[in-house]
Amino acid sequence: MKKVKVIKIDVDKCNGCRACEAVCSAFHAAPKYSSTNPERSRIRVLFDPLRDIYVPVLAGEYTEAECNGRNLYTIDGKTYDECSFCRASCPSRDLFKDPDSDLPLKCDMCEEEPPLEEPLCVQWCLSDALTYEEREEEEEEEEKPGEMEIGLESLVKKHGLKKVKDSLARLAKE
Amino acid sequence: MRFAETGINLEIDLSRGSIEKEGTDPGLTELHLGGLGTNARILWDRVPPETKPFDPENLLIFSAGILAGTPAPGANRTIISTFSPQTLLMAYSIMGGFWAPELKFAGYDKVVIRGKSPELVYLWIHNDKIEIRDASHLKGKGSMETAELIRRELQEPKAQVATIGLAGENRVYFASIEQGRSSASRGGIGAVMGDKGLKAIAVRGTKDVNIAQPAEFFELCTEVLKYIQHRGENPIKGVPPILAGLGSPQEMSLHDEQWHTASFAWGNARERRRDFWNEEVEAQWKEIQDKSVERLISCYNCPMKCGGIITHPKLGRYMMKCYSKLTYTMAAMSDLDFGFRIAGLAQEYGVDGYTTPQVMAFAVELYEAGILTDKDMPEFPADNEERFFYLLEKIVRREGIGDVLADGVYWAARKIGKGAEAYDHNTIKKHEQIPIKLGTLNPIYFLMWSTGEKINITQIEGQIPQAPFPTKEEREEFVKDWIQVPKEEIKDFVLNWGEPGTAFPNFPTPEATCELVEWQETMHYIDDATGICAGLSSFPIKPPYHIHNLPKLISSATGMDIDEAKLWQIARRNRTLIRAINVRRGMRRADEKPPEDHWKRRFPEIEAKLLDEYYKFKGWNNEGIPTKETLQELGLDYVSQDFEQRGVYKEKKARAAKSEAKAVKSQKPATKKGPKK
Repeated sequence: MKKVKVIKIDVDKCNGCRACEAVCSAFHAAPKYSSTNPERSRIRVLFDPLRDIYVPVLAGEYTEAECNGRNLYTIDGKTYDECSFCRASCPSRDLFKDPDSDLPLKCDMCEEEPPLEEPLCVQWCLSDALTYEEREEEEEEEEKPGEMEIGLESLVKKHGLKKVKDSLARLAKE
Repeated sequence: MRFAETGINLEIDLSRGSIEKEGTDPGLTELHLGGLGTNARILWDRVPPETKPFDPENLLIFSAGILAGTPAPGANRTIISTFSPQTLLMAYSIMGGFWAPELKFAGYDKVVIRGKSPELVYLWIHNDKIEIRDASHLKGKGSMETAELIRRELQEPKAQVATIGLAGENRVYFASIEQGRSSASRGGIGAVMGDKGLKAIAVRGTKDVNIAQPAEFFELCTEVLKYIQHRGENPIKGVPPILAGLGSPQEMSLHDEQWHTASFAWGNARERRRDFWNEEVEAQWKEIQDKSVERLISCYNCPMKCGGIITHPKLGRYMMKCYSKLTYTMAAMSDLDFGFRIAGLAQEYGVDGYTTPQVMAFAVELYEAGILTDKDMPEFPADNEERFFYLLEKIVRREGIGDVLADGVYWAARKIGKGAEAYDHNTIKKHEQIPIKLGTLNPIYFLMWSTGEKINITQIEGQIPQAPFPTKEEREEFVKDWIQVPKEEIKDFVLNWGEPGTAFPNFPTPEATCELVEWQETMHYIDDATGICAGLSSFPIKPPYHIHNLPKLISSATGMDIDEAKLWQIARRNRTLIRAINVRRGMRRADEKPPEDHWKRRFPEIEAKLLDEYYKFKGWNNEGIPTKETLQELGLDYVSQDFEQRGVYKEKKARAAKSEAKAVKSQKPATKKGPKK
């Protein structure tokens, strides 16, 4: 069994106080709680009050390159900015990078020993725009073929096993 | 390293265009904490009483509270201090929002502005980089519009912008400094900003705010948060809904306006409409509010939702603070839709939501009395709502009669003459007050109104119930978990109130009144130094911050060693210093009184006794001037030396002799005065 941790985000409930940013940065300071700086936070609230847009976003993966294209979401008549829902630390924006080192930041769900009841941003969100859920998920028993296997299979289908074998042997020699 | 504070102030001279970063003296933090306290110290040291509000030498100080930007919930206030063109005394106005934490993250505690720029400029503070930038293209722009334009031209969507609107540029004496979600509105500080040629200050910061004892401090912050949650789940029983919770009055979420509409006066602070609120009105107002308030919003790191995003078909969206919802509505004897419509416009122009409606209601009264005529107000509409829009446009442009009204009720009444002075019946120290006209003198409010340096009761009332609980059981129930009181005896006030013989004005006794007022006031002075919002601290009943946890919070954040007694002393020092600043500008006992009709039933002898007692309690002489001994005890010897040099103490003796003679004379009429018609 594997534990899945989910922070659920209700953008309608967010009141834009940014407490999540403050406590996230404090929690991850060294020593813990020794400083506050939203720019170091792994959660940011993207907001534009005059369009009634409030989106808390948790820092996800680091990406070296920006997307090839962008998209714009319109939800309930409100058009959100490009990248509004993207969690990446990415060269196209200054979000989720440590302001001093420029290193990417990533949400770690406040993992520590003993574990917190809930990630700190969720605890401090009294509006319940952020709520936390844990669930157990069955790990898949059946072994899935890896990427390499899938690729090789398609080559075999196309060129025949012998040709692929020969090519591989030749490559191995080089 | 400095903790909680950054230890650096920005000194900006707009006449010379110079920018300096100045390290601050940690000794001053020990004495005054920060925010309002250190602002007052700067004003005392650097602005002599001869300097007029619109002189270039007047300073305009933007300060973050000392805890702003830390995880302390609701520590987000910007304290703006200067000298008021309206009262000619020290003005301090405070705003929430996001500006103060951002300033701290940029690495500064205060921005001290002096001089005047010949051209309209704005200030851009981005961490270590500071620029004075041209703002000629922003001239006449609204407050939200300006903030948006600045963010766009700097390509900094996260910049926080404090700005004036047209009213500030035109030096309207009740112009505000707006910050979208919040504003600092009282005392005409926006006019001083406009006079300095400063349209806005934009700030963006990405640095750390440090904490001295991180684990202790964070635990205390968490306790505060938990108590906020507890109070949310347990509203105070036996009080109107508007007083039952935390925060500013929850005007954006609550519909029930029974209390405000019945207790406050409508029009030019004239009429109480006890029967106004009924089911029909409630249904109608609820519908308007549900339609208009799109989202409830907060200030930085605060779970309370005192503000709202208002959407109106004619105005688009804007952000509203709690109480401006009703001030225009009630002054114009109108309804909620009108309130939402005009407040949005007024905010763009950047005017105070308390004073502005009253100035306009005052003008309408003068017109109806024939003191102002169509000659003064050409094409003055017949419809009351239209009249308010007409007056607003005139005032913010200082056009025609607007130029006179833009100085506020006190000065306008004197300029207009022809008996207009009689219509100025709701100002104290030349400043418009909340329109409350009640029956019998309330001793607690009498002292707060008369002597408060803020000249504004909403900032000094607070955590004591406003009416007695009807039964003994309810009183006992209330005090059971009243942990916020500084001493147990305070509980007697609530326990006794409602028993026979405990009616105003003879209850509470002057001594007990002094204790209650001092407590409320002290908590406010602490908030105004820490930058914690009064809505979580000194303002509501049973708040999460109080005299027993604040010393620990401040100590663990700053690394200073402050206990309850020391904190109380700091608040007293700050309060006394501001009193001294105003005394040096001529404020005396004679100025310390609410308007005559503030209560129907006045008691001059009791009022005199209250003032006497209070001054004594504070360690001030009978003119309200802090004595040499008091100043010495507070480490403010330099103040008494200054008073000596200026002959302030000597003048008091001459006055005392005079006023004694006067008091003897006025004793007879005082007793038979009774209610005025």
